[in-house]
Amino acid sequence: MSGENSVFKKLVIGLVALGCLGLLGFFGLAWRPAIAPIAPPPPQSFAPELIAKGEALAGGGYCAECHTAMGGKRFAGGYAMKTPFGVIYSTNITPDSKTGIGAWSEAAFARAMHEGVARDGSHLFPVFPYDHFTIVSDDDVRAIYAFLMTRPPVEATPPANTIPFPLNIRALQEGWKILFFRPGGFQAVAGKSDEWNRGAYLALGLSHCGACHTPRNLLGAEKPSDAYAGAVVDNWVAPALTAANPSPVPWSQEELFRYLHSGVTVFHGIAAGSMSPVVHGLSSLPDSDVQAIASYFADIDHAANRMAAADPTVARAKSYARLASAGQHLDPGARLYAVACASCHYNSGRIPLADRPDLALHTPLNLPDPTNLIQVVLHGVRTDEGIPGVVMPGFSGLSDADIAHIASYLRSTRTSLPPWRDLEAKVAAVRRVASASR
Amino acid sequence: MLTFHVNGRPVTVDVEDDTPLLWVIRDVIGLTGTKFGCGIGMCGACTVHVGGRPTRSCITPVGSIPGAEVTTIEGLDPEGRHPLQKAWIDLQVPQCGYCQSGQIMQAVCLLKDFPSPTDQDIDGVMTGNLCRCMTYVRIRKAIKQAAAELRRSASND
Repeated sequence: MSGENSVFKKLVIGLVALGCLGLLGFFGLAWRPAIAPIAPPPPQSFAPELIAKGEALAGGGYCAECHTAMGGKRFAGGYAMKTPFGVIYSTNITPDSKTGIGAWSEAAFARAMHEGVARDGSHLFPVFPYDHFTIVSDDDVRAIYAFLMTRPPVEATPPANTIPFPLNIRALQEGWKILFFRPGGFQAVAGKSDEWNRGAYLALGLSHCGACHTPRNLLGAEKPSDAYAGAVVDNWVAPALTAANPSPVPWSQEELFRYLHSGVTVFHGIAAGSMSPVVHGLSSLPDSDVQAIASYFADIDHAANRMAAADPTVARAKSYARLASAGQHLDPGARLYAVACASCHYNSGRIPLADRPDLALHTPLNLPDPTNLIQVVLHGVRTDEGIPGVVMPGFSGLSDADIAHIASYLRSTRTSLPPWRDLEAKVAAVRRVASASR
Repeated sequence: MLTFHVNGRPVTVDVEDDTPLLWVIRDVIGLTGTKFGCGIGMCGACTVHVGGRPTRSCITPVGSIPGAEVTTIEGLDPEGRHPLQKAWIDLQVPQCGYCQSGQIMQAVCLLKDFPSPTDQDIDGVMTGNLCRCMTYVRIRKAIKQAAAELRRSASND
């Protein structure tokens, strides 16, 4: 009896010791040294051209978008990002030495961008897309550092993150990194043009397109096998950027450039919701860089293969012919559309007018998920989004049933795609999420 | 403080962001040619132009139009002699008149987009503007008359 007990006891002690060693080993692996704080470098110590370059690059990475709270000071953090693991607030990246990155040397900043480690050695959560910024060249990081360190310092501490224990132990991010992160620079692809490679460098790195457009696994990492297959972010659908993109008109390089450059095209619609700040940010990059990104994605989505396909304007004309069918005027969706929507969205003729957004060709009606259409119907489009200076009011005064009727009518008459299911519930859900975040 | 332009003049208003543009136009600025009909964007009486495009001002929050160019019926023509306004008077289109400023503002864009509008075009673009006095027949006629005049002056230029 005592013999068995002592063997069992030894086993338990042995296992516990192994476990402790393993934990020690893991935390040892996770440990990163703190980088000594510095006095904030005087703004004059940075060359104006470097600052200007950094400003353009910071636009291309839309740093201000995530690092500025609603109504808050620019770059002072506090922007809430709802993740499956809790709400994470962005940090203050103004050069304030107490609450911002004023005490960060360039080496500390570069380590954060390339390895996801803060100046004090703590791991950053990958909601900060260091898994993309690891590609950004040292020169570009230097320029962005110069730009940020010459912004007005703001003393502001963001609210505490709401990640539950034990997920909030930052050292555990080492595990995430072991599984999903490989630091390293950009590898140009042989056989692709310089323009393509520049586009790839920006898209994979600074502009971190995959952070929204690539679906993530249960641990929040992008699935490399599903690159750009589309995902839902902030209750907006980020469509697939691959050949699976359902737009009737192919995303050629020309269309992509027009969309990314101006935020609106006749054949694809507008950059609304979470895509709107992307267009604003990219506008600080030179046109050649936006063309490069367009060239990269035109290749990814095999636009050239689809260009020879049926003229979508012919398809549109056919779909509108369906509207002439008898009984249309009795369809509640048709009647609501005629009164509420057609005044702005009506088009005749083969090519839609630029100021008459043609819903048949735009992305929202062609997505498997009606969320984007519902979002725009409920909340409209501001004058500083979409067509410049033009506004679409939100129709949140319409009931869930009415919006469902309109969406169903549009889906069945403007596309040949299967009907959306449970539209009324979907409208209610989108409305609920929207009001919760206001 | 929200800043935009109305009929070419800059205005700055201190109202809540979600205040409908219609109330800012009528109550704050004092231009009462634009009317309230339903408050849910389903009758067209409140139609003004924002960025030159017809917009239902009763459901447009003034916070959604930063820096916008707003045109009301008062600002359509300095002397009220836009070809549509002339046709409206010539054909005595209005009965009670309540919907008519919205009808005219909508029709201005119709003619900009479709200089030779078919009946289908008029149906498509104007169906959102309701008229309880049923002056639709005269509205349609006035639109076609104004379209002809605009085409004539365009070809004369």
